[in-house]
Amino acid sequence: MTDKLDKVPAGSPTPAGVPPEAIKAIPVRHYGRWVAGVVVVALLVLLGYAFSQGNVRWATVPEKLFDSTILSGLWHTILISVASMALGLVLGVVFAVMRLSKNPVTSSVAWLYIWIFRGTPVYVQLLIWFSLALIFPVFNIGFYKDEMTDVMTPFLAALLGLGLNEGAYMAEIVRAGIQSVDEGQTEASHALGMSQSKTMRRVVLPQSMRVIIPPTGNEFINMLKTSSLVVAVQYPELLRAAQDIASTSFAIMEMFFVASIWYLILTSVFSVGQYYLERHYARGSLRSLPATPWQKIKANLSRFSNREAVAK
Amino acid sequence: MTAMVKAEGVHKSYGAAHILKGIDLEVNNGEVFCLVGPSGSGKSTFLRCINHLEKINSGRLYVDGQLVGYRQKGDKLYELKDSEVAVQRRDIGMVFQRFNLFPHMTALGNVMEAPIQVKGESKAVARERAERLLDRVGLRDKMGNYPSQLSGGQQQRVAIARALAMEPKLMLFDEPTSALDPELVGDVLDVMRDLAESGMTMVVVTHEMGFAREVGDNLVFMDGGVVVESGHPRDVLGNPQHDRTKAFLSKVL
Repeated sequence: MTDKLDKVPAGSPTPAGVPPEAIKAIPVRHYGRWVAGVVVVALLVLLGYAFSQGNVRWATVPEKLFDSTILSGLWHTILISVASMALGLVLGVVFAVMRLSKNPVTSSVAWLYIWIFRGTPVYVQLLIWFSLALIFPVFNIGFYKDEMTDVMTPFLAALLGLGLNEGAYMAEIVRAGIQSVDEGQTEASHALGMSQSKTMRRVVLPQSMRVIIPPTGNEFINMLKTSSLVVAVQYPELLRAAQDIASTSFAIMEMFFVASIWYLILTSVFSVGQYYLERHYARGSLRSLPATPWQKIKANLSRFSNREAVAK
Repeated sequence: MTAMVKAEGVHKSYGAAHILKGIDLEVNNGEVFCLVGPSGSGKSTFLRCINHLEKINSGRLYVDGQLVGYRQKGDKLYELKDSEVAVQRRDIGMVFQRFNLFPHMTALGNVMEAPIQVKGESKAVARERAERLLDRVGLRDKMGNYPSQLSGGQQQRVAIARALAMEPKLMLFDEPTSALDPELVGDVLDVMRDLAESGMTMVVVTHEMGFAREVGDNLVFMDGGVVVESGHPRDVLGNPQHDRTKAFLSKVL
């Protein structure tokens, strides 16, 4: 090694046109990384072995994965998650704007809403909506009157329970987003003669999206999983469907695996969607957009083949 | 001839801080009116009062004969609604020190936004004018770029085009070149000079004494919330009468 370095005396001027010689040094050996890698792989193997020895009828899992009850449950999980999230988003924007308004009444009401719905467990909220008939047997709002048990269907109880809870979280996320937009933006918009609401819709909210979307994506992924709690209000979603089959087939663990696989698929698909949404709203804030995963793969492949070509 | 801007005893304070202590001045139609003075003298605050971004505490402020932010009926003063203030602002363009372009829109989108949203213009009409204005400020080839892809000088020129798109009768400039690298200042000043030559009424808060001397028709030196000295830029800058003006100019010239 020292011989090699001696051949190139330090500080010798590089002749014009000849690229400077790249450093050829022996890299530091990371023995710790090798040890850690081996230990982790060994543990994984042990875990896999344990599961293979467990009393699991693995064949049941793929068999039941596309069972019509499961697929129907899956559909209901998507439905209730999307509907609750939509309700949460609308409420979130409304309460965020109320919270930031100069009117002390609206801002305190918004604060109260967030305090109550963020401060109590969503499971309890679901049970309260579902049991509303206990204190209000009849639903009566003047022009419409019905038995509460008919009005408060499992779907409505689930929607209100999840949606109102989500609204409280979204209100805080949206508020943070709105406050992240520079005041100069509002001033510029006002100076152009744009009204308060146009300023909010055209200037502030689109820019706050960049701050709002990442946590909202998290919220939605959370929602997909939290929706399993609506088992409590008899809503026939994915976990309920899995439990129904489990109770008749006695493949209890297997059905939990089936449900888990579907939850993983759902969250993975929506994570990809979130990535592209974030990329869309990054327009203008970054000089050049980050590459999509697909573009990265292509770039890596071409770099790899270039390197091989050079090596040859 | 009525003055484009007329201030009578304008006061402004933020809590205990008394920023403007009775400003009286008149800006004539078609003139370039420069406001100079040390930082904290209240010149930017006064500029922001002209389009009611700041509310004045006492006195009267008129733009083109209209009271800014209020309506006088008999001897009573009524505050204007937000929507009425917005209507007043349509005719007053403003250029900020920090550009304040909308980062989520392209240069073209920035210039088209207000005419479409405020005046209800069709996209085609707004686009045609926006292209013409961006061409005028020398950014024909940057129309599709987002602000983050433009230099400070280019951003400020887009901001000028954006304000002009509303076809204002008065333009306010709040230290338009203070946030720029020295070599970019010239381009922005060129655009402003061109605008002045076209007859636009301009109120300019600036530290560019060369620009004030060359383009300005009138100049006011402010310090401590009052007008210390005013007159033709050549006279005020060349032969200041007041000690405070002399002290300030000796530092900046």
